Amino acid sequence: MAATPSAQSAGTGTAPSPAPVTATPSSIRRNSTPEVLTGAQAIVRSLELLEVETVFGLPGGTILPTYDPLFETDKIRHILVRHEQGAGHAAEGYAAASGKLGVCIATSGPGATNLITALADAHMDSVPIMAITGQQSSKLLGTDAFQEADIVGMTMPVTKHSFLVTKPEDIPSAILNAHHIATTGRPGPVLVDVTKDAQTGTAPFVWPEEPQLPGYRPILKPHAKQIREAVRLISDAQRPVFYIGGGVIRSQAEKELLKLAEATNIPVATTLMARGAFPDSHQLHLGMPGMHGSVPAVTALQKSDLLITIGARFDDRVTGNLDSFAPNAQVIHADIDPAEIGKNRDVDVAIVGDAREVLAEMLTEMRGKFPKALERQREPWWRFLNRLKTTYPLGYDTQDELCDPQYVISRISALTGPEAVYAAGVGQHQMWAAQFVEFERPKSWLNSGGLGTMGYSVPAAMGAKVAEPDRVVWAIDGDGCFQMTNQELATCALNDIPIKVAIINNSSLGMVRQWQTLFYDGRYSNTDLNTGHETIRIPDFVKLAEAYGCLALRVDSNDDVDAAIKTALETNDRPVVLDFTVPPDAMVWPMVAAGVSNDEIEYARGIRPEFDGEGDEQAENKIADAGTEEDGTVRSVAQIEGGLE
Amino acid sequence: MNNRHTLSVLVENKPGVLTRFTGLIARRGFNIHSLAVGVTEHDELSRITVVVDVKDVPLEQVTKQLNKLVNVIKIVELEPATSVRRAHIIYKVKANATTRPQVAAAVEMFRAKIVDVGPDSVSVEATGELGKVEALREVLEPFGIKEIVQSGTVAIGRGSKSITDRALRN
Repeated sequence: MAATPSAQSAGTGTAPSPAPVTATPSSIRRNSTPEVLTGAQAIVRSLELLEVETVFGLPGGTILPTYDPLFETDKIRHILVRHEQGAGHAAEGYAAASGKLGVCIATSGPGATNLITALADAHMDSVPIMAITGQQSSKLLGTDAFQEADIVGMTMPVTKHSFLVTKPEDIPSAILNAHHIATTGRPGPVLVDVTKDAQTGTAPFVWPEEPQLPGYRPILKPHAKQIREAVRLISDAQRPVFYIGGGVIRSQAEKELLKLAEATNIPVATTLMARGAFPDSHQLHLGMPGMHGSVPAVTALQKSDLLITIGARFDDRVTGNLDSFAPNAQVIHADIDPAEIGKNRDVDVAIVGDAREVLAEMLTEMRGKFPKALERQREPWWRFLNRLKTTYPLGYDTQDELCDPQYVISRISALTGPEAVYAAGVGQHQMWAAQFVEFERPKSWLNSGGLGTMGYSVPAAMGAKVAEPDRVVWAIDGDGCFQMTNQELATCALNDIPIKVAIINNSSLGMVRQWQTLFYDGRYSNTDLNTGHETIRIPDFVKLAEAYGCLALRVDSNDDVDAAIKTALETNDRPVVLDFTVPPDAMVWPMVAAGVSNDEIEYARGIRPEFDGEGDEQAENKIADAGTEEDGTVRSVAQIEGGLE
Repeated sequence: MNNRHTLSVLVENKPGVLTRFTGLIARRGFNIHSLAVGVTEHDELSRITVVVDVKDVPLEQVTKQLNKLVNVIKIVELEPATSVRRAHIIYKVKANATTRPQVAAAVEMFRAKIVDVGPDSVSVEATGELGKVEALREVLEPFGIKEIVQSGTVAIGRGSKSITDRALRN
């Protein structure tokens, strides 16, 4: 047996010691004599040095020391929310609309636990936020003291990282490290939990020169060999499609995407998280893939021979049944998070790197060595896709009474324009907004894609409006979602944050109701909210919004939609709430039922586009035969089905 | 056994690291077969030796997820051919005056050690590859095993290279 003399362990045999908490900054700028600050002042000073301009929060016992210097600083605006969840989502909205770090502050115990939903939301959707929480004094930790909660332990699964700080001297490095982790690599939420004695104690304030994180090294630059392999596949592909995820928005790679797509003439599908990463009006755009995606986008992925996946993660809401997803496609998967690659779908070319660099280098490589990739026009593929686009456009059946939810949303979009920010809650209205708002620019669409957090919209819109005060910010919300977080209207009204809320009020938990209609035989168990047409209207949203100091209007007919939206757009001295009464039976289409193959997409209830899931060659021939006419007329579903068979 | 892999994981020696590590493994549905945690020759580092069962999830997915933990500095898979792996186990076996010599003979054969003797039992300590100590168990089983206590597997690469040095150089 070979001896191993080198690694002689000192071996006292103890596990990682649970003793003192240290986050020692090892590289320290040697100023002559550093100023002595309280931990609380150090928190505020650190945020100032990171150029944090706004924080959303609500004070309480253990964070009180920090609220004192916060009261004094003129560099940081603190916005007092009405519920900590609101602070968390506001930080998310701030971050998602601006691309900067969002910051929220809460006290220990319930204050901290109220942030958990927002942290989990930011974790799923890769939103860079920092949560600073007060904590009981270090001597009381573990004693079940008043408002003590092990928030670091509770949030481990839903944060990118977290710090428990028990000494004032550790505060600057913890906040700097938290900022670095939250905003680099795959962005995400970071929690900094600071004990009360760390806030009240004093220490010389020493700002580390750089973050000290030996185990954290995100890879930004893609490997040249992988780029070459990817480009080789692209140049040979007959039916490639860009499958674009939220990573393209987070890395601000929209220009690179546009250049590459136009240079290669390859169609683009943007997921729910990527709406706005590529202009909706662009002829290469197919719409959104997934459960409520457009027929062209869903079908393009399904029929593709090469998925060029950038910053997306093969979520079940996109792939449907994974085994039958894009069965004939090779896969290029580029992501900044190596763990996403190969997690759900095996890949042919894995690229770890920042989306912007990946897209830019792909184009450079094509111009250098693979001009073929830029020359292919792939006419049969485009004939097929264009035919789907003209045959299966997004649409809806108009009702005779009340407002059509899709109409309301498309009018909001048309009258407000693409420079606005649109934040949605979760449910039918979210899907309609994703479908019917015309997105032309990134960071204009905020929603809770991964976690699916009802109540996200109002506070996220508030955060976005603070970050981007010159933009119109719409919260497109549901009557269910709105009742979860509408208390933040008080925050908006009092702090001059004039957001505009459009409640798509169908008097029910609409998406659940839709599933009950489709899969539970119309047994509407506990989905009726009594907020709408011909109900007791509890609460009356108009009265509620007026009580919160908002301008409020109820709209009961398509005829009045434009006037109400115009009034909202003209009102900027207070928040506006428009209560659009819509019928509870309106449903979101197209739809792929949960867990089934994307081949089973229904364009409308009971209407399935016919497309063959057979082998490449056969499909290719059919695609080639399918669409020679390009007269642009919308044919009936029966006609196109016949045409494809 | 092919599904089992031994990972040597260097982590920062900080509170909560083991919780993050095991929490991630549980949350992602990976299976831990054995776990051992201890100091390294550097105060700021600890080493976790984990044997994972990767029947359902590829090993790559396990290491990628673990690598995302900010406190994880380096993960190295230790292959059987190029590493020394040891588990420590103590069996308390029924043994009276009649059977004790037989137990002692079995213990001798496996180069294990009797570390405690009672009127109707002996405690047997063995160190070795997990396969070996498990084989000892089969031999002792007929006498009646009253109690088993086992450490996690620890492992180290053969030769003069040290993964700690390499990790710290970066």
